Amino acid sequence: MGDLFAAYPIFGAFGVTLLLTFFSAIGATILGVVVVILRVSPVPLLQKLGALYVNIWRNTPLTLIIIAANIVMIVNLGFSFSESFSRDNLIWAVIALSVYHAAFVCEALRSGVNTVPAGQAEAARSLGLTFSQSLTLVLLPQAIRGAITPLGNTLIALTKNTTVATAIGVAEISGLQKTMMEDRPDLFVVIVLIVAVGFVVITLPMGLLTSHLSARLGVRR
Amino acid sequence: MKLARITLAAITALGASGLAACGSGSPASTAGGTAGGGQTVKVGIKFDQPNMGLKSGSTYEGFDVDVANYIAKKINVTPEFVEAISSQRESLIKTGQVKYIVGTYSITDKRKVDVDFAGPYFIAGQDLLVRSDDTAITGPDTLAGKKLCSVKGSTSASNLQAKYPGINLQEYNTYTLCVDALKAGSVDALTTDNTILAGYAAQDANKGKLKVVGTTFSTENYGVGLKKGDTAFCNQVNDAIKEFISSGEWQKSVDKWLGPAGFKPGEGNPPTPAACS
Repeated sequence: MGDLFAAYPIFGAFGVTLLLTFFSAIGATILGVVVVILRVSPVPLLQKLGALYVNIWRNTPLTLIIIAANIVMIVNLGFSFSESFSRDNLIWAVIALSVYHAAFVCEALRSGVNTVPAGQAEAARSLGLTFSQSLTLVLLPQAIRGAITPLGNTLIALTKNTTVATAIGVAEISGLQKTMMEDRPDLFVVIVLIVAVGFVVITLPMGLLTSHLSARLGVRR
Repeated sequence: MKLARITLAAITALGASGLAACGSGSPASTAGGTAGGGQTVKVGIKFDQPNMGLKSGSTYEGFDVDVANYIAKKINVTPEFVEAISSQRESLIKTGQVKYIVGTYSITDKRKVDVDFAGPYFIAGQDLLVRSDDTAITGPDTLAGKKLCSVKGSTSASNLQAKYPGINLQEYNTYTLCVDALKAGSVDALTTDNTILAGYAAQDANKGKLKVVGTTFSTENYGVGLKKGDTAFCNQVNDAIKEFISSGEWQKSVDKWLGPAGFKPGEGNPPTPAACS
């Protein structure tokens, strides 16, 4: 086991996994909030646009999205950010992961919006608040607090889904696992255990934190 | 997702090894005897390497398939081909899910810890595949500043990158994506064993568009992977390989599958199988 850690950049590869998770989580959150605002807005066209976004990305396999990000965007259309493949692929993987998970963030937030009683929106409107005021002051704060657990689940799913980025050559842990398995079949079980334990170490705190936060911040009705 | 799949496969493989030990162990062990009587055994090959091991529809074709079929005929069994992807080859053999594997399987000391090898039946080497009109790339020394493609898990590509720091490396899950990127011009070369490259160059869709450079820079001894310690079976397979070579079938098969790409087997071919220990 020692020679595995000496011969392969295991911590570096987990670092790339964390990097992908971190930036994609930020991207997915920003996009997801935008889409949920579309979906709960009073304008039917915007609602339909939001629903379209969710249904397209939620129902497209992530592997397909990530490979398309490389083959269509880089190889065929030449949208590259730098001369280096590794940086380009990392950036496109973050974009693809963000776009895909934004659909799930949106639906998690919408489940939170649904926990807010309809009377509150009516009360906000009767106080004279505009749509954006009632959204930012009344609806979203409660919606986010009500959506902590599903948001946490989405974050954990995102962490595990970063392994798909290996399809376009991002140097994260599941790609390294493949290399290690091919080089060192004698340590097959050890390799599987290292990767599995690594993911538990990363995702378990996320689960504990979201349970804790949802117990503390959830709005009791 | 990927990880979950691999882990599941590992668990299934581990589980199957336990089952094989009590239930289905006996038929597999008798298949080693000459009196097989044409019984069906599972044989691992690659399903995705054109002209080496390729599944097209319900048939299997390629040089490795010819080798696997010849061995099966010699030991009097009917082969049933199953896919042996690179990272699972050792566990397939160890758990008895396949009797032997012929799948561009290089003999290495690390692998010998888990499995035995008969052969070699072919000596391949790492090489480069480039567009036919490319005259700039003539070997690894001319790769500085070029874009190189390979498949995840192939250490040879990363070794090259370490040796020639100017190389920009793109890795995909499959060689097909590399071939597409090469044809589209987004990478300049694809590297892996010359046999696999010749197979792609010989494909109808790529004929005339791609060529193998022809400067090998590693030696890969392809062997037939089989269960550790089964020396009697290993000797049978070795005899079959020797006959495959001496009968001229070896040359015929090489010409048929790799010849169209203008590929000539490198030095040392056809090889002499080493003695089974």
